[in-house]
This record gives sequence, structure tokens and C-alpha cells, in this order.
Amino acid sequence: MEFGLSSEQSLLQDSVTRYLSEQLPLDEVRKVASGDVNDAAVWQGLADLGIPGLLVSEANGGLGLGSLDAAVVSEALGYHVTPSPFLSSAVIAPVALQTAGRCEDLLGSVATGELRIGAALAEGIGARADAGLTANGNTLNGKSLFVLDVDADQYLVATSDRKLYLVAADAAGLSRSPLSTIEKTRSTCELNFSNVDATLVSEDPGVFDKTWDAALVAVAADTLGTAQSALDQAVVYAMQREQFNRVIASFQAVKHMCAEMAAELEPCRAMVWYAAHALDEIPEEATMMACHTKAHLSEVGQFVTRTSTEVHGGMGFTDLVGLHYWFKRAGFNRQILGSPELLRERALSVTTLAA
Amino acid sequence: MDLSFGPEYEEFRTEVQQFIAEHGSKSPRQGGARDKEAIAWQKVLIEHGYAARTIPKEYGGFGAEPDIIKSRIIAEEFSKNQINTGLGGQGISMLVPVLLEMGTEEQKQEFIRPTIHGEMIWCQGYSEPGAGSDLASLSTKAELDGDEWVVNGQKIWTSTAHLADWIFCLVRTEPEAPKHQGISFLLFRMDTPGIEVRPLVDMTGDANFNETFFTDVRVPKHQIVGQRGQGWQVANAILGHERGSLAPPDAAQTRLNGVRKLMETETVGGEKLIDNPVYRDRLMKLQGRVLAMKCNDIRLLSARINKTQDAKLAGMIVKLQGTELRHELEALAIDVMGEIGLAYGDNPYLRGNGSWQYQYMYYLGLIIGGGTSQIQKNIISERGLGMPKEPKIEKKA
Ligand SMILES: Cc1cc2nc3c(=O)[nH]c(=O)nc-3n(C[C@H](O)[C@H](O)[C@H](O)COP(=O)(O)OP(=O)(O)OC[C@H]3O[C@@H](n4cnc5c(N)ncnc54)[C@H](O)[C@@H]3O)c2cc1C
Repeated sequence: MEFGLSSEQSLLQDSVTRYLSEQLPLDEVRKVASGDVNDAAVWQGLADLGIPGLLVSEANGGLGLGSLDAAVVSEALGYHVTPSPFLSSAVIAPVALQTAGRCEDLLGSVATGELRIGAALAEGIGARADAGLTANGNTLNGKSLFVLDVDADQYLVATSDRKLYLVAADAAGLSRSPLSTIEKTRSTCELNFSNVDATLVSEDPGVFDKTWDAALVAVAADTLGTAQSALDQAVVYAMQREQFNRVIASFQAVKHMCAEMAAELEPCRAMVWYAAHALDEIPEEATMMACHTKAHLSEVGQFVTRTSTEVHGGMGFTDLVGLHYWFKRAGFNRQILGSPELLRERALSVTTLAA
Repeated sequence: MDLSFGPEYEEFRTEVQQFIAEHGSKSPRQGGARDKEAIAWQKVLIEHGYAARTIPKEYGGFGAEPDIIKSRIIAEEFSKNQINTGLGGQGISMLVPVLLEMGTEEQKQEFIRPTIHGEMIWCQGYSEPGAGSDLASLSTKAELDGDEWVVNGQKIWTSTAHLADWIFCLVRTEPEAPKHQGISFLLFRMDTPGIEVRPLVDMTGDANFNETFFTDVRVPKHQIVGQRGQGWQVANAILGHERGSLAPPDAAQTRLNGVRKLMETETVGGEKLIDNPVYRDRLMKLQGRVLAMKCNDIRLLSARINKTQDAKLAGMIVKLQGTELRHELEALAIDVMGEIGLAYGDNPYLRGNGSWQYQYMYYLGLIIGGGTSQIQKNIISERGLGMPKEPKIEKKA
């Protein structure tokens, strides 16, 4: 019995972490956030490590690794508030296409990072009055909001009855416009469909659900990293900042804020591991764990990033230390792919009373 | 990542299941100190290696090699089948481990066998009116007079002192030494002349703990564990045992299932409570927290088996998170019952024997006892996160 990361998984996480701490200091994140550059350079760097092809099977040209590997990478990306299309192109798209067994020929270039597939799942999760997407045969009309990745070459698109389609970004009748959000490290857009020819990926809601579950765990892992960094930054700052002739880390009010963050966050690590493991190995618990883990991490991520901001005092509220990037990253992760309330509702619907 | 225990352990699991099939019907539903059925059951458990499992045979135990996974399997199977896991109490859970580690051969021979068989009940005399969180400042003193310690002072919050045969007690024996080095760990009979026990009623309405007064209580000199002045180290070895075990996540899951069952059966205005989205979300929110603690627990188990895994912080947060979570869980059950949540005692509308109300209060006690939540946060921030202690304030002369 061994519950934890394998040495390969630790090495994988270390190599991503090393790359990000060397190549992605906060100044680089700021450049992407301010719109000076996009995330292409970072994605290329991650592609050199094989990250886009993590979940792509070896037969399809990827590394053929598992959900826990994706989770440890996702955690590292969150820790460094990394701008990248990891969630959509490296998790959502490969899981959907491979589960459906459709369009897998695209995955070779997904794995190299040359092809980016964005994800428009919002209609399948909670259709909003502002949007609305209908499929007539393989022709799509309407729109989807908060689509992940404004720079994608293709989009995986869900309808409200959880069918999945693939469309090219430059397909006739498709228009794309960026949507500003509070989170600048990852992009979202709106897709408008006017008689767009799409390729059917799956009519089976089970494929959508499996894709959704994988995405939820990846987002939860991203939040784990985001929150861990926020806590680490709070402790470091508290040990340096002096007031009343003492480092503020010696004030019990400050220590208790940090202890509460640690107490909430530490069990989350095991929870993310377990949820990722369940995706691959414990199918009967996978959906329940994915929902609870994303919901719980959303709550803890919110608490930790706000508390860390408080520990930083006025400095935490400024753009100078940049802590707000972590605050907003946790916020973005909380809202996308299902709010905590919606996910807890889904978790209840898939569980019967345990013995 | 490997969550299986392996085939050799599945054989052991079958053994445990066979035991349960054969003897499970004799398992008493409850039963505290001195309950005949509970004592008989304890004997059966020890004989088969399901209680006092790793305590050597010569001291009355089963004498098995420590095996974390086997212990886990026993716990899992007993819990799944709702089988009584045997006697508890501070003697078994706290004193016996300490005697095994620090006791003399005579002490092990004399105390362990009757304690684990439920024939010798103990209480823990640590806290005093002036020494709670700051336990090391305790002032009950013991002075050597010939071959006897003479104990004077007062303890408080002494759980089960009114039932106990013996007490393990922290006393100050070296008044000149620094406070952590002047304490000794004594064992003595509760019927020794000079001991007075006054029950303290707690918020549940029961008198589970007491004030305990000592006036010239004479204790044979050899009834000390460890050396003179070493009592603090001895006591800390026990506190480690206590903290992790106060709020296990599996018990929290069982209680949570209970709340869910309650919500699936109770109706208000004809509507099942589980169909009320507000209550339902509160239930699921707690389910998420229980799951996080269950996963944390698996990680801790794994770290005990695989010594290279680091789970120090994961262990440090268990008492704080576990007791707070449990308290909130019981609170939800009370909330969903509305005014029936107020019912107590002989109220005919009581649900679940009033256990929700009782445990709601009981767990507030556990949030305070065994190191308060604030003390836990001090420990987490100082030993877990490396933050400094607050500066000391000089006492005014
Ligand atoms: C149900 C129950 C059973 C018990 N059973 C036993 C028993 O069998 N034997 C026994 O010896 N004792 C027992 N105790 C006593 C228990 O260990 C103490 O109550 C506990 O350690 C707290 O001490 P105190 O009550 O003196 O509170 P205090 O130490 O006076 O604490 C009061 C408040 O001050 C806070 N505080 C104190 N110091 C600090 C600090 N350094 N930093 C921040 N906050 C601080 C506390 O967190 C608390 O909120 C029991 C207690 C309970 C509730």
C-alpha cells in the first residue's frame, strides 16, 4: 500500500516547476496578463517537456500518462499562475476524443503543442439565457460563452444535451470574440455559430461526463497549487515584514491566519491525489470525487487566497507584489466548469447512502 | 499509487470476517467501565488478537508483531459491521502505551494486564485550576517523606475520577528547577486517604469530569514512571497518543450518513428535508470536508508504512480539523430538525436518542480538551510553518 506520488511523478512535477521558476518569473506573467504577448512561448516551453501530450496515448503520439500525472502538472501550473491552454488542450480535448474514439488523428499535433484545441463546455454544464446552442444534424447555431482559449485552432463544443462537436476556429459562419474576465492569465472568448459545419465527437452524455470529471480534477489541482503558493508567500512575507519592532510572523493573529490556511489546505492535497487516482482506477467513485474535490478546493482556494492577501496588509491589495494574480486565479477556477453549489448537487445525485 | 493491501492481507481480512461471523453476535452495543458484558467481550477480543493486539503476552496482551495494515483491516471490518472494538478509556489508550515505553518491569507486570482487561480503571490528573493550556505551570506538589511521596494540591476536569481505581498524575517534585524539569509522573490508588472527588456537571447535563483534591496523600516512592523531574517527557509521549484519536474521519462519515438518513426520512410541511436545497447544500459541503479528511487519513496511514513519505503537517492538523468538523456536523443535524433539535432528556419527540444534541456539546468539549484549537494553531504555525513564538512577557514582581 502506498498512497502518494511515485518518484516519476515527483520528477515530472519538479521538471515543470524548474522550468516555470526559471522561465516564468512574475514579470513574464504580467506581460501576458497585460496583453503584450500571448502564452505561445510558455506553451512551447511546456511542449519541450511533453506536457501537451501528457494524456495523449502513446499510440496517438503522446506520453500516455494518467490523471494523477496531469494533476501534479496542473498543480505546478497553478503554483506559478501559468498562462497556458493546458486545461482545454492537454486535458479536456484528449480525454474527450480518446473516450469517444473520434478524431484521434488530431492528437499527434496536440501532443507537440502545434495544434491547440479550446473547450466550449459551458452549455453542457449550465446553459445560460445569454447563450444557447442548437445542433441540427451536424450544423450548429447559437453561441457558447466563456470558452477556454481565445487562440485555439479548433474547439470542442458542447450542446445543452451534452453532445460534443469539434469545429475549426476558422470555420465558415463561426465568429470568435475575446471576453474580458478578472483573470488575465488565461483567456476566454465567446463563439457565435451561424450554420457552422461541425464534426460530431459524441452523442453519448457519458463521454461528456467523463471529460467534465477529468477537467474538474485538473482545475482542483490548479487551485491546490494556487493556494499553496499564496500560503507560502504569506509565511515568507510575514517573516520579513516588521511592525512594532517585531516580524509580524510573531503576532499570534497572523500565525493563526497562517495555521488556518495550512489546516484547510493540507488535506486538499490528499483529496486531489485520491480524486485523480479515482478517475483512472475507481470508476464508481470518480464523478462523486471529482465534483466534491473541485467544490471543496474552490472553497479552500477562496479562503486561502483572501487570507494570504490580508497577511500582506496594504501591500497585498496592490499590484506591486502581484498576489492578486493568485487571488484571481483561484476565483476563476471556482467559477468555471460548475460552481461549488452546482457540483455538490451533482455529487449528491450520483451517490447513494454509503454503508 | 497503490491502495490495495496485497493478497497476504486479504487472507487476514477473511480471518477477521470469520471471527465477526462467529462471535459478532456477542458484541455489546455499548458499555462503559465495569459493564460485565463489555468486559467479557474484551476478553474474547484479546484472545483473538483484536484488542491489546501488540501488547506482549506476558503482560496479558495478544503479543502480535506491530503491523499497521492488519490493525487497519481490523478497524475497517469492525466498523463496517458495527462491531464493538473493545474497551477504551485513558488507562488503555494513554497509560498503557507509556508504561510499555517508560515503565519498570514491575509496573508493566502489575498494571497492564488488569488495565487492558477492564479490571483497573484509570483517570488522568493533569489539568489544574491554574494550569490548563499552560500545563507545565502546574503546582500540585509532592514531597518525599521517607519511602513515600506526600501529595498536596488540586486537579480539575479529571474525567472519570469518580469511577477510577487509580490515577496517573503530574505533580511538582522539584520546585527549584525550571518548570518543565520539575515535574514527576506518579501512579496512585484513588481510595488513598486524603483524596476527595467532587463531580463537575458539564453542559450536557452529565458529570463526566470532576475536581480532585489531594490533602497529604501518601504514595509509595516507587510508584513513579520515569525519573524524578522527567514527568513532562512522559506526559508528552501520551498526549501524542491522544490527539490523533479524538475525531477519526471514518466516525465522521458514519455520523454524516446518519444526518443524511435523517434528512431522507424527516419531513417538514410534507417536504423531505433532503429536498430542501439549502440543507442539502450544507450536507454536501460537510461531505466534501469529510472526504478531504478521509483522504488525509489514507495519506497518514501510507506515511506510517512508507517511512520516506513526509506527512508531518498532514498529521498536525488532524485534531483541529477533526473536532471542529465533527461539531459542525452534529450542528447540521440539529438545524435540520428545527425545534425538534431542542428536544433533550425524556422528550418523547427525541430522534436518535438525543445523540445529535449530546454530541454537538460533547465535541465542543473535545475542541477544548486535549489542547484547545488555539493551541493547535500555535503548534501548526510554529512547528509546521516555522513561524516564531511570541515574545515572553516578564512577570511583574
Ligand atoms: C471534555 C473535557 C475533558 C477533559 N478531561 C481531562 C482529563 O481527564 N484530565 C485532565 O487533566 N484534563 C482534562 N481536561 C482539561 C483540558 O485539557 C483543558 O481544559 C485544556 O487543556 C484547556 O485548559 P483550560 O481549560 O485551563 O483553558 P485555558 O488554558 O485557560 O484557555 C482558555 C482560552 O485561552 C486560550 N489560550 C490559552 N493559552 C493560549 C495561548 N498560548 N495561545 C492562544 N490561546 C490561548 C485557549 O485556547 C482558550 O480559548 C478536559 C477538558 C475537557 C473540555
